[in-house]
Order: sequence, then structure tokens, then C-alpha cells
Amino acid sequence: MADYSNKLYQQLEQETGIKTGYVKTGSISLAQTQDRLISLKRIASRLSVMGIPCEIMAPKQVAQLHPLINIHDLVGAMYVPEDAVVSSVDVSLALANAASRNGVQIHERTSISHVMIQKGCVTGVETDRGQIECQYFVNCAGQWAYELGLSNEEPVSIPLHGCEHFYLLTRPLKKPLESNTPTIVDPDGRIYIRSWQGGILSGGFEKNPKPIFTEGRNQLEIQNLHEDWDHFEPLLSSLLRRMPGLEALEIMQLVNCPESFTPDMRCILGESPTVQGYFVLAGMNSAGTSFGGGAGRYLAEWMVNGCPSENVWPLDLKRFGALQSSRTFLRHRVMEVMPLIYDLKVPRWDFQTGRQLRTSPLYDRLDAQGARWMEKHGFERPKYFVPPGKDLLSLDQSKTFYKPDWFDIVGSEVKCCKEAVCVIDMSSFTKFEISSTGDQALEVLQYLFSNDLDVPVGHIVHTGMLNEGGGYENDCSIARLNKRSFFMISPTDQQVHCWAWLKKHMPNDSNLLLEDVTWKYTALNLIGPRAVDVLSELSYVPMTPEHFPSLFCKEMSVGYANGIRVMSMTHTGEPGFMLYIPIEYALHVYNELMSVGQKYGIRNAGYYALRSLRIEKFFAFWGQDLDTFTTPLECGREFRVKLDKGTDFIGRDALMQQKQDGVCKRFTMFILEDHDTDLDLWPWWGEPIYRNGHYVGKTTSSAYSYTLERHVCLGFVQNLDKETREALVVTPDFINRGEYEIDIAGQRFQAKAKLYPFSSLFTQRRRKDEMELSGYHGK
Amino acid sequence: MPAPTQLLPLIRNCEIGRIYNTVCCCHHKHLCCLSPHLVHNHLRCAPQKKLATLCPKENFHQFIHARSYVSTPQRFYLTPPQVNSILKANEYSFKVPEFDGKNVSSILGFDSNQLPANAPIEDRRSAATCLQTRGMLLGVFDGHAGCACSQAVSERLFYYIAVSLLPHETLLEIENAVESGRALLPILQWHKHPNDYFSKEASKLYFNSLRTYWQELIDLNTGETTDVKEALINAFKRLDNDISLEAQVGDPNSFLNYLVLRVAFSGATACVAHVDGVDLHIANTGDSRAMLGVQEEDGSWSAVTLSYDHNAQNESEIERVKLEHPKSEEKSVVKQDRLLGLLMPFRAFGDVKFKWSIELQKRVIESGPDQLNDNEYTKFIPPNYHTPPYLTAEPEVIHHKLRPQDKFLVLATDGLWETMHRQDVVRIVGEYLTGVHHQQPIAVGGYKVTLGQMHGLLTERRARISSVFEDQNAATHLIRHAVGNNEFGAVDHERLSKMLSLPEELARMYRDDITIIVVQFNSHIVGAY
Repeated sequence: MADYSNKLYQQLEQETGIKTGYVKTGSISLAQTQDRLISLKRIASRLSVMGIPCEIMAPKQVAQLHPLINIHDLVGAMYVPEDAVVSSVDVSLALANAASRNGVQIHERTSISHVMIQKGCVTGVETDRGQIECQYFVNCAGQWAYELGLSNEEPVSIPLHGCEHFYLLTRPLKKPLESNTPTIVDPDGRIYIRSWQGGILSGGFEKNPKPIFTEGRNQLEIQNLHEDWDHFEPLLSSLLRRMPGLEALEIMQLVNCPESFTPDMRCILGESPTVQGYFVLAGMNSAGTSFGGGAGRYLAEWMVNGCPSENVWPLDLKRFGALQSSRTFLRHRVMEVMPLIYDLKVPRWDFQTGRQLRTSPLYDRLDAQGARWMEKHGFERPKYFVPPGKDLLSLDQSKTFYKPDWFDIVGSEVKCCKEAVCVIDMSSFTKFEISSTGDQALEVLQYLFSNDLDVPVGHIVHTGMLNEGGGYENDCSIARLNKRSFFMISPTDQQVHCWAWLKKHMPNDSNLLLEDVTWKYTALNLIGPRAVDVLSELSYVPMTPEHFPSLFCKEMSVGYANGIRVMSMTHTGEPGFMLYIPIEYALHVYNELMSVGQKYGIRNAGYYALRSLRIEKFFAFWGQDLDTFTTPLECGREFRVKLDKGTDFIGRDALMQQKQDGVCKRFTMFILEDHDTDLDLWPWWGEPIYRNGHYVGKTTSSAYSYTLERHVCLGFVQNLDKETREALVVTPDFINRGEYEIDIAGQRFQAKAKLYPFSSLFTQRRRKDEMELSGYHGK
Repeated sequence: MPAPTQLLPLIRNCEIGRIYNTVCCCHHKHLCCLSPHLVHNHLRCAPQKKLATLCPKENFHQFIHARSYVSTPQRFYLTPPQVNSILKANEYSFKVPEFDGKNVSSILGFDSNQLPANAPIEDRRSAATCLQTRGMLLGVFDGHAGCACSQAVSERLFYYIAVSLLPHETLLEIENAVESGRALLPILQWHKHPNDYFSKEASKLYFNSLRTYWQELIDLNTGETTDVKEALINAFKRLDNDISLEAQVGDPNSFLNYLVLRVAFSGATACVAHVDGVDLHIANTGDSRAMLGVQEEDGSWSAVTLSYDHNAQNESEIERVKLEHPKSEEKSVVKQDRLLGLLMPFRAFGDVKFKWSIELQKRVIESGPDQLNDNEYTKFIPPNYHTPPYLTAEPEVIHHKLRPQDKFLVLATDGLWETMHRQDVVRIVGEYLTGVHHQQPIAVGGYKVTLGQMHGLLTERRARISSVFEDQNAATHLIRHAVGNNEFGAVDHERLSKMLSLPEELARMYRDDITIIVVQFNSHIVGAY
């Protein structure tokens, strides 16, 4: 995104003739610690495969590039020579100018009172100078976006919050600083420094940000707030530490310019889930200029083509729901987010503020048993359970790029899942029920989903919800409860997106009912070979595969509680059951499971164990591995697509075409060969994959497989033409005949590529799922 | 002062205590031979001693004891915890107990502390609640020419005041109890730091003098209710009189005899506050000072002085002294801003050298113990000594009715007021007690400020805030500022460390003993009166 911005600004001056202050200065990111250097190396290895030149250098080289810098406390740095600086005001002017030339009208000094909406579509805006009719409306109001979003009759929730942001301007140095002196980013010192009119401009992201306008009484005009030198003192100290020579430099001004921040440090982009034609681009987290160009392009593509040209799910407005809109939540969260911009970003990091918002009824019970929690879409999920008497490192000390301190804990949970039985609370999953008076539900689902849903009652179908391009909008499991109603389970963060997608594509039929039942059920994953025994003891129903084959759903009683939906699937490929329990029974069922399970060695487990299990089984997960540009054919899920199920479905044409042409990328599993789990850096995601020394793609997720005793990375392999960089067809043969390496922070590790999971891992009876899989490939 | 500095390495290297002691002795004898005038010149740069003559410590035993721990290396850098332990060694806090969850007193409590410069320290402090009348007494006492007089005053003065305030019936009751050997009604409840001691040996002597006083009060019974101002003045004068008489009469016990003489020949100033409801009386003798901290409506702090300094800086005091003596002495009675060119405070307890006739002095010294005879200082008669007494212990009493905006009272010896302006004192205490820092935000606004200057300024501002959190005691906080403040009014740790690690011989040249009591008032109760 920043790359496009860079190119755009570079051209802009030529196109419009307006000076944008574009100077190619390059940038140097400094590392004061080894961990920071690792983080920079990771960035560098990603940048270089994107074709952006960058270099990891020793402190001495930094001194050669910048005349003022103190390098004594540095361990290294990253130099990106192509980085540039622009004047944001001039860029805006140039962009406005270019737009006007192409017929865009700009109304200055006009304020919007609200956006007019009819039947869920934007029809125009009401301003203090009258109405303006329009089909599309883009809320780019920056720190005002939140309030503007709420001003409509049908409010649009845009979770962002302003924070004061300070930067310092100085008078020129005695020997004025060259305008092309590289920009310095010193994240450990929390500051950035660039040359500015012969002096410097320096600001930063302090540890104790000052959120403003929580009450919503926002300033009416863009104007700078009061300077607060005492607040700036830590940043000034670190500036003078970095450049001691500046002591005698005279201050010009300390600018306090509010910036808006989002709950997860990523900007907000996309169409409102409730109002058609209402687009948003806001919450740039202080990176407005560098990401603005790219974000603008994606938004334009979205409006014109219906979707952007790349996966923007991490930025999509629909990743948030109304639950992130509380002002208190936003205030607390942005106070964490702003310092985080320069904090070390380590794997498996969780936000600490705005927690314990959505919890399962078992939360307290699990917490008392040592659960450590992570949060997804506001929902608390257990990561792992710390056994009594064992202590983990404190939060700050636990930050590592190497083997984490919970390694053995999760290992024992995985072992228990493999050999006995574990319970994982998975209540956070999004759960919908679709029912109708007639066949409407089946009809619409058949159209929306790629797999055949016309299955006997009680069957569960894994299926993708595809877009026109055949890409995954959602990956879910649907159980047919009866002839006319279906129960749909999707990833946690799909709650808003999936709902909007279904609403958008469902006919406006009063006989068709869609209901969000996420809050109604507590989901327990009873996972492991002894799950059968536990459950049959509690229900007096034979649970053996003969009576309860894989991927079946039955309502039955567990303990005293009746009406528990038991599904024979575990989201991991391990044997076991998912229990969907009406919440009032949750504690009872959990207690029964634990007490009966005792003799089978039952214990609690968390998501880290689940993750290790699913990744070693090569299970892709939507949002991490799968996105809207991935088709089922590209990830080995042809068996979940029924092109000939008798009805058309969204994405069918694209898939037909792809089936004929072949796929250009292929979801592949890599087993790291010469990686030392104890000593080497751990893979995370986004590591470049090299095939025979050439870059072919990036990993999307990774985990340590306790069974294989190796790291497993999942990722996509492309076949890029050496000259044209065009993506060619990737055949299984292409995958199999290659020597692979994974680049972790600049160090390459040999990896073995596999297109199918280790069959040896499936010690249990083969289930329907794999039967189909093997059948399809004639294996 | 060249002599001690040259001697320092010598002292430091001395391993055998005996050699060390002789060295010390020599060096002091040496100093004694210097003429007062010469010494005075040498002292110009340092805070001046109460007495222009340098006198060796009369209590030699105590003197050696005090010295003995100096033989550790003197020049070292103190860490912040070390600095804190020095500053906090003498701190004391008292909170007025609450009844039924409510504090009905107009005083919330007080913080006190002292930092020595002399070895041993010559300042004293006292605090006590009157049990037979209402009210609380607090006082600071600055001794000179030794600590004997200030020690005696700190033990005795509050009893004299309390007795002066007692109604006739209570006095009778007490006298009857003593007469019949019954248990005595307690008169005072002391609030003492463990380091504040009372001399056991003299207690009988002191008690007898006090008893004589109340017997006279019983005989004098006027039937009128006691006026606090009058009671304070009477108590001061009576105590000084008793000190003088005890020295003239002597005591068969040679130790006590020597003690009463030392008390009489040394001196002490006193600044005492009596708080009863909204009535605040300050009785002051000498150059200690009482300062009221007033919070204005806008939250800022202002200082109201509730005592007059009795020294050469006070015009009316010079006037008074001159009027009390013949015109012929006009030039000699106040010389070089000192009484008779010698004494800085113009009023004090003890100091009989400025009160007795020459004959009386000679007689007492000759009949006194040998130690007294050997002492150059006591034998020395002030020049131009024609019409004694030149000195009085009579206090000036100021009455103030407390208002809700009167938040606290600072009583402190001149060691504090020499180093800090009263306005700063009140601001620092006020900000400490309210926990609010009325630091104006800094604005660059057109001035030429460099990054380095700004950085220095900001670091100081931060240090100022952080130093508040180090202290649990307002008096300690004030001492930290008094000793450690740099030119910007912020506590500078390095300076603090240097000042506190000065060898004892040098400490007195850079500062005087500092004693501080900060009394916090209960605005709710004060407002309800």
C-alpha cells in the first residue's frame, strides 16, 4: 500500500505540476536491541521479495549515511533507500487539483449534517448548503468519522478515537541539514526524525498517550492543540540521545496535532455492512500520508469493481462490529495502540485493554484453572492452561521471537488430545440459523455455497461461501437440522461480514429467517480418542463411529441437560465431538464432562493446542490462510465443491474456468528440516518461500507439530515467470519437484513441501472427509 | 578555613583513636587562640555562627563521641537511598487521633524533622498536647555556644507555659497532689521522636523550680481567666529567670552544678506556637520564624509571617536595644549586625554573659568547677559591657485567628530561612500537602530556546514532581529542597549528595542546623468556628 503511495506521489508532481515536496531521502530504522533487529530483518526479508530494495546494516554504516546520529547504543539498522518524504498539504492540493481537472467538484467550507439513506442505500447528503444527491458516499472524515458515522438515521459504526500527537519543528542548523538526509526511525526510542527546512522535524509515539474528544465534543476546525512540553520530555530525551549534536539547535514549535487510531492499529476501509453505498476510509493511525495513496486506490477499485484488487480483509470495516464502538473501549484501546506503533511486534501478541467483554459462561471456571486468554472479536478464548504451581514469565519478558515459555504446557495439552481427551471452549465461533417455511432456505444456501447442501438431515457439510471470483468470503460448516433449517458455524470474526454477505444475497422473503444465535450457545470441543467414551457414558447412547459416523449432528441429552447439539467434528482432524450447548446448561455439561472424564484423563486445553493440531493436519483457516482471493481449487478442497450439484452457485463459473486452466497458486504444507526449535527463530507468518532459490510465495500460518517434532508452515506457492513475473499454472508436479527454503528473518531453512497431510497422522478410522479426499485423487 | 582542610587527610589516615583524639584537641585549641575578629573574617563566606567566637565543645565526652564516626572516609558519592536515610533519620509525624471517625481538633497533625550541621546538633524541637487545658504546643529552639540551653528550654518551656495557662483550681489540685505524694495529674502529652531526649539527672531540679513557679502563681491568684498572650510571656521570662538563678545558686551535685552553668552560659532562641481552636498564638524569642501557608482562591500559595525576627535586620529591634542603654553606648551596642559585636539574635534564653553584671560573672566562674575556669569563652567578657542586661528572653507574641484558607504553619530555625525564601517554603509545602503542582505549562512562544535548554528545564520539572513522592513528611521534603535546590529551584541529587556527605568540620560552613515543624490545619473545623 505504501509502495503504491510512493509511486503515486512520485508521479503526481509531473502530472499536476504542483510541488508535493517529494524528496527521495531513504529511511533508516534503528535497532537498539537484538529483538528489534530480528524484527527489522523480518521486515527486510518481506520487503526484498516485494522488489523494494532494503538493506540490513551495521551501526558504522548508519553513521556514514547520517551526519548527526549517535550509534553507540545501536546493534544494527535497516536502510530503505527508496523511501521518500512529501509535504502532506501539498500532496492533498495536488490530488485535489488533478481530481478537479477530471471533473470532480470540491465544496469547501461545507459541513455535512447527515447522510440520507433510503431502503438501506445511500441517496444523498444533507449539508449546511443544501442537499446533494449521490449514489456513493465516502466517509473520510478522519477523527470526525466516528461522529459522522453515527449522525445517520441508520448509524454506521466506525471505531476510531483521537489521540494527541506531538512533533517538534526546529530552526535550521548552523550548517543546514541536507533535504535528502535519510529519515530516521528509532522505535526503541519511540521517535522519528526527518530533516525539515534545514532543521529537523521529530515526533514519536509515547508510552502514555493522551486520548482526546472521548465525549465526542470534537473541535470544529482542524487546528492544533496546546503544546505540552512536559509530556514531550521523554521523546525529547530520546531525540537528544540519538542526536546529541542538536542540543544547541533552536526550537521553532511543538505541534500538537490530533491523530485518529483504531482498535487494532490497522486503518478502516470498505463498505458499511448496513448501508449500501456508504464507504469509509479513516483511522490511519498516524500513517495517513504513507498509506493514503494505496488505500485510496483500493477504495476506488472497491467502488468501481465491487471489490478491491487485493485482499483487504485485515482493513475491512466489517472486521469490527458495534461492540468495538463503545467510547470507553476505544479510549482505553487507543491508549494501548498508539505506543504499540513503536513497540516490538512479537508473535502471538494480545491486546491488554478492552478485555473481558464477551465471555463464555465458563470463563470464571476456566480462569480459576489457570487459563491464559486471548481475544478475538471481543471474545475471550483460552490460549492454554498453566498447571498449578507453574509460573510463566511476565508479559513483557515473555515477548520473544524464539521458543516461547508455554512450549511444554501446550505440548502436554496436545499429547492429551492425541491420547486421551480434552475440552476446549470454542464458544466464540459465529453461529447462524437459517430456516424457512418451504424450500427457500435450501435454495438460497445452495446458491451461496459451493458444496451440495441437499444432504440428509443430520449431516454436516464443510463448505466455502464464495464470491464471483471463486474466492472464499467465508469458510464454514453447515449442519442440516431438519428439512427446512440449517445451523451454520463460521469463524469468530465473520459475525459482521458473513451476516452482511448473507443479507445482501438473500431474497427479501419474509418466509426466510436468518438468525444470529452466537450468544445462545456455548460450544465445547471434546477432542481426543476417549471423547467417545466420555460422551456415551453421559448420554447412554452408543457413540461409536458405527452409530455416530463422522460429520453428523444429533440433538441429544448430556447429563441432565437435554437438547444439546452434538456434532462429530473437531475442526482439527482429530476424533471427537463439538457440543453446542444452550448457555444455561453450559456449566452443568462442563461439570459432567469433567467429572466423568476424569477416569479417561480429561483436561482443559486451549487454542494453541488446537492450532498446532490443525496445522499439522494441513487444515486451512479462513482469515489466516484463506482469503477472498483464494479458491477451493487452490487449497486442495475440490472435494468440497460440487460443480455439478444441479444448481448454480456464486463463483461456479470462475471455478469451472479455473478447473480448465489450472491454478496459479497452490496451498502447500512445509515441514522445516534443519530448524532447531530450541535455538532458531520461530516462523510466524509472512515468511518468504523460496523454490530452487527463487521466491515463490509467502507463508500464511505456522505451528510446531508436537507429533512430527518439526515446525509446520502453511503457505501458497506460485510459479512466477522469470522474465515477465507472470503467474503461471502450478501443478502438483511443480510443487513436488522443487527444493524449498523458508526465510525467517533473513535466515533460510530447508523445508519439505507436501500437498496432502501425513496419512500416518490419521491413526483413527478414516472418516468421510478423507475418504472423499483420497477417492478424488485416486490415492 | 585552612586548618581543618589540611588536617582532614591526617584525620582520615589515623587508625589509632588516641592519636586522632589528640589531633582533634590540638586543632581546636589552635582555633581558640585566634582572635574573634580574625575568625570572623575567615567565616565571611559561610553562614555565620550565632557567636562570633569559636568555642570548643564544653562537653568533651560528648564531643569525642560525636567525632568518632567521622573517621570513615568523608568524600564519597551518596546514592539516593543513602541520601534518603540521612534525610529521614530524624523525621517524625504526628496525626491527631480521630474520635468516632472525626477529627474535632483544628490541627490535623504535624510533620517535623531536623538536619544537623553542628556536631552535635544544637537545634531542638518540642511538641505536646496540653492535657489540663485545651490546645497544642509546638516549638523549635536554636541553640548557640552548645546545645545545653536549647536542650533545657525544649524540656522545660512547655511546662512553664502549661502551668501559666492552668486555672487556679487545677494548680491547687496539682500542688495538693504533690504535697500528699499522690499521683500527679498529667499536664502534657509529648509527641517525641526517639532521638529527642530529656535529661534524667536534672529532672528533680527542674521540677522543683517549676513547682516554685506554680506555688507563686497560686499565691498570686488574681481570679482572672488566664490570657494566653500573657501566659506565654510570663512562662518565657520565668524560665529564663530560673535558668539564671539555678546557675547562680549552684548545686551540690558537681555534675548538675556543671550542667546548670552550661545551660546558663550557652544560649537558645525559641519560637513556640500555641494552637487552641482557631486561636493561634506565636511566641518568638530570637531569629527562628513562624510562617503561615495561605491558599488563595485561585489555588496559589502565599506566606504570612507570624513572628518578628529579633536580629539586626529588624529596625525596631535595633531601636529597642539602643533605647534600653545609654546614648554613649549607641555605637557599641550593635556592631557588625551583632549585639555588642558578638551575638546575632537580640533576644535569647541563657547567655548570662549578656545578662549578668561583670562581678556576678566573675564570681560564678571562679567558684565554679575547673572545666568552666579553663574555658576561654566563658571567661571572656564582651567588649563595651557597661549596662547589663543587654539580652532578654521576653517573647513577642502574635495572635492570629485561623481562617479556612490558612492551611498550615511552618516553624523553623534560621537554618531554613537563610537558604530559602519564605514564599518558596510555603509554595513547596503547599504543593506537597495538596499533591497538586501548579506548574505553569511551558510555552516557547517566540523566545529563543535550544533543545538542550528545554531538555534541562523539563528534566528539572520532572525531578521536582518525583521528589515529592519520595517524602512522606513535609518537613523532610522541605529540607530536601533547602539543601538540594539548584539555581532553578529544583532538587539536584548531586548537590544534595555533596551537601550531605560534607565532613562535619565543613558542614557548618555551608549550612546551619535546620529544624522544621509543619503543622497542618483542619480547614473543616476551622471553617465551622
